[in-house]
Amino acid sequence: MMLETVIPIAFTLVSLAFLLSFWRLLKGPDAPDRILALDTLYVNTIALLVLLGIHLGSAIYFEAALLIAMMGFVGTVALCKYLLRGDIIE
Amino acid sequence: MRRFLPHPLLTVSLAILWLLLANQLSAGHVVLGALLGWLIPFATSSFWPERIRIRHPLTLLRFLLVFVIDIVRGSFLVAWLILKGPARLRPVFVEVPLALETDLAIGLLANTISLTPGTVSARLSADKRTLIVHTIDTGDAAALVAEIKQRYETPLKKVFEQENA
Amino acid sequence: MIDILLSLLIITGALFTFIGSLGLARLRDFYTRLHGPTKATTLGVGCLLIASAVYFSVRDEGVSLHEVLVTLFLFITAPVSAHLLAKAALHLKVRSLASTPAPDATTNPAVQRNPAD
Repeated sequence: MMLETVIPIAFTLVSLAFLLSFWRLLKGPDAPDRILALDTLYVNTIALLVLLGIHLGSAIYFEAALLIAMMGFVGTVALCKYLLRGDIIE
Repeated sequence: MRRFLPHPLLTVSLAILWLLLANQLSAGHVVLGALLGWLIPFATSSFWPERIRIRHPLTLLRFLLVFVIDIVRGSFLVAWLILKGPARLRPVFVEVPLALETDLAIGLLANTISLTPGTVSARLSADKRTLIVHTIDTGDAAALVAEIKQRYETPLKKVFEQENA
Repeated sequence: MIDILLSLLIITGALFTFIGSLGLARLRDFYTRLHGPTKATTLGVGCLLIASAVYFSVRDEGVSLHEVLVTLFLFITAPVSAHLLAKAALHLKVRSLASTPAPDATTNPAVQRNPAD
């Protein structure tokens, strides 16, 4: 039963990653830095959801992870487009 | 043949994607996946102006193998550089002159560069002739450009652009 | 045996995720910070997703491959967002430790379209 000991460690590491990205989100200093932090945050959320799925032994979190992956990517692209053009819909 | 099945590769990938999404291999899902894979290329045909042709499947396989190895190698390298600390990094922007001509091949090269050791593609010049690449730590920019060209560009060129080889 | 493999995958995945964010917090300019999340974090989450696929395949005694879908999606989108972010940063002239390349005016059609703005 190694998994029982490994999963809390993994949770701690991913949560620390979360905090570090959040710190970068608050600190900036530029807009691209903040977008990069948001991008990292959504990928970290997927990691957290997958861990939760293994921990609870339930596969229903997969759909949420897939949706977050898609929405997160679209969000990042939209924000970058905004920085590049000052406009999202052309 | 071409009229009824405009993009065979896309059809196959869409069918596989559907089966992965359904997460089961039953006859019903195979039929539904094949149907979706057949219909979706018609609906999205304006996004696929050119027909994708793969000329050297073996070269492509070898390229994919190198690619997977380099993703792992790149992650270990970047992790090591981050742990070592920011003081000793030597970041540089380098310009990679491109021999590739089609959009597909250039896009694949840019993505490959971003996922492999220590490099992120940053900008493609307006005439699509040079790619600006940021490297996190390099001592020899010329050697890096040569490595990118030899390791990734040559096989991509061979697979997607070489005429009737 | 499967337990050991799973534990190894989970720990590697979590470590890489952590190191990616550590790079984001620790490095000194935007362009070097970009490397951590694109490579280390993507591989880390990839490892966790593969661990999840193995875990559910073993537990339910059937092949569970849909995690591969998320992994693939992440590996396809990570370089695209990295490229766009780097392009946006170059466009905004974000401070860099490396000397930045000369601006390429033609990469910004908005400027070309409305020169009066």
